[in-house]
Amino acid sequence: MEVLLYTILTLCVLGVLAAVILYFVAQKFRVEEDPRIDEVEKMLPGANCGGCGFAGCRGMADALVKRDDISELFCPVGGGDCMKAIAGYLGKAAAEKQPEVATVRCGGTCEKRPRTNEYNGVKSCAVAASLYVGETGCAFGCLGFGDCVAACAFDAIHMNPETGLPEVDPDKCTACGACVKACPKMVIELRKKWPKNRAVYVSCVSKDKGAVVMKACKAGCIGCGKCEKVCAFGAITVENNLAYIDPQKCKLCRKCVNECPTGAIKLVGMEPLPKEPKAPAAPKAAPAATKEPNHES
Amino acid sequence: MKTFPIGGVHPSANKLSSAKAIEVLPLPEVVTIPLAQHIGAPAVAKVAKGDKVLTGQLIAEAGSFMSANIHSPISGTVTAVDLVPNGQGLRQMMITIKREGDEWAEGIDRSEQLVKACDLSAQEIIARIKAAGIVGMGGATFPTHVKLSIPAGKKAECVIINGVECEPYLTSDHRMMLEHGEELVVGVTILMKAVGVEKAYIGIENNKPDAIEHLSKIAAQYKGIEVVPLKVRYPQGGEKQLIAAVTGRQVPPPPALPIDVGAVVCNASTTYAVYQAVQKGMPLIQRVVTITGKNLKEPKNLLTRMGTPVSALIAAAGGLPEDAGKVINGGPMMGRAMVNLDSPVTKGCSGITVLSERDARRHESSQCIKCAKCVAACPMGLEPYYLSKMTQKKNWDELEARMITSCIECGCCQSTCPAYLPLLDWVRLGKQTVMGRIRARAAAAAPKK
Repeated sequence: MEVLLYTILTLCVLGVLAAVILYFVAQKFRVEEDPRIDEVEKMLPGANCGGCGFAGCRGMADALVKRDDISELFCPVGGGDCMKAIAGYLGKAAAEKQPEVATVRCGGTCEKRPRTNEYNGVKSCAVAASLYVGETGCAFGCLGFGDCVAACAFDAIHMNPETGLPEVDPDKCTACGACVKACPKMVIELRKKWPKNRAVYVSCVSKDKGAVVMKACKAGCIGCGKCEKVCAFGAITVENNLAYIDPQKCKLCRKCVNECPTGAIKLVGMEPLPKEPKAPAAPKAAPAATKEPNHES
Repeated sequence: MKTFPIGGVHPSANKLSSAKAIEVLPLPEVVTIPLAQHIGAPAVAKVAKGDKVLTGQLIAEAGSFMSANIHSPISGTVTAVDLVPNGQGLRQMMITIKREGDEWAEGIDRSEQLVKACDLSAQEIIARIKAAGIVGMGGATFPTHVKLSIPAGKKAECVIINGVECEPYLTSDHRMMLEHGEELVVGVTILMKAVGVEKAYIGIENNKPDAIEHLSKIAAQYKGIEVVPLKVRYPQGGEKQLIAAVTGRQVPPPPALPIDVGAVVCNASTTYAVYQAVQKGMPLIQRVVTITGKNLKEPKNLLTRMGTPVSALIAAAGGLPEDAGKVINGGPMMGRAMVNLDSPVTKGCSGITVLSERDARRHESSQCIKCAKCVAACPMGLEPYYLSKMTQKKNWDELEARMITSCIECGCCQSTCPAYLPLLDWVRLGKQTVMGRIRARAAAAAPKK
């Protein structure tokens, strides 16, 4: 009994002694840190996705507090509101960025883009891309092994087994850009996010000549330039046999969608314009597509 | 018997065509010649659509020092200089020529007569090799004139001829040594003169006793050339493995080169091409290609003009068998699977292997049990299981520290793995990425100087 008592007492004394020493050491060697860093970190979404360019939210918070000019820092997950709140707290000018969403620019579904061979190696786009062209004849399109899915920290991108292509859930997507970096074929692009997840984009990245594209895929851009001609806003450019719609200039007028012979221009969240307009094409009519609520849903 | 000190495996040899004499493949009607069929800068096309060319005429010039000339393998009209899918389906700049007869350019001696004497200086020899566009024909396609131009401050001590052909199935070097032994040995003397050494070794694995005997007999007539029989082990044909096997010296990790241990290594077919170029003025426009496979009607060794579509070789061997699962440019260990059989034979293509569906299909992979078989098999002393894991974790700094750039992509690790893990797939990706990072770092450091 006595032994037990002494043991407990000794341990208690040791504990108190160590606590006192640790207290003074902690006081002496304390690292002075701006308390605002903790506050800012709390205001950030805490996803630690790396979308801002820092290793995690703590790194971002540190930079936000320490830098005088934070106009180049932006948290894609928190978005404009989060940045505004932080800037308000710190008394600095916030970066303004419009919301964006990851967009998969490949329409080569299993049906439209037949398989020409079978890949038997590691199911990774990066590995397949380092070896050869892929399971189809298209050297530019989606490989379909889901590196983007693995890269997404928000469960916002999934493979559709029917099409063999990844699909983005725009409500979950935070535009952190992880999938864009993961894709070895550079198929995914961050594009302007329209209200109600509307979108018009060229769903193809093939720079091959039209005839080569047609052979490999029925949904590819053949670079015919019809969309470029019909666009009233100069939003479409055709370069290297590939059309590109500038999301900053596009007004979602949807004329190009009807014009595209292969259906490579995708329309999301809206009804297409009625085919064959009554009057022979009035090029500058109805520029503001967003003002046409009667067309949707 | 000599061999290299660490790692290695012993795959089934399957040398189906080793007793088949070299046949000449009929001239193709159309050839496509990639501008980048060697390591280094792509060649620059010297012809345009509509130009008439002769066999052996220069059609593309070396783009830089680290590059090689390309000559027309047939005579005819250039029909296109454009992007064409290569064997892996990737677009590559190629010159397409439609054949009209077979008219040769001037200054090429096509006779069979052996020319032993060579009075040229080392510089002249290297210049001729460069003009002929010769690159390493064992598969690495390193420009031979670069290899022979010894950098200042370094000294070559011996030439090593690579007649190992450790890759299963392939027999093109074997047949070359048997049928053109005389020329090959003259080629060795030319290489010795070019790098200024007195000693040359011809390394041959002892599964080719006929070649060892034949070349030993010929080499006995020359001073300083020795045939070294080697114990059969893959990848003995790797440059560093062969140096270690023959001289016992280890080449340090990159950026060190074989010349740092005083060795210059040339493949047997390359040596024959050197003889042809220096003594006969013949540019590198044809090579022996083995077309092989267990279910192929007639495996063969074919003397093929560059740019011939691979499908023509398969047709010459009796066509694609019904159960064909995979066509490989090269052998089963180091070759690359093809998706486009219309792609051309290039300078580095020593064989085409057709595997059956059963042989081609990979096994289902399971978990790594850390048995370290891959570590024991790695001839470069790396840890493939770890490199593969780190690549999956994208830990590029760790990969660089663990010498992933030393990997020779021989595939020993993957072939020996009892869990059938795709080790090489990952390691190769890691190596490419790390090399890219090293290059990017060098490029970023350069302008500051």
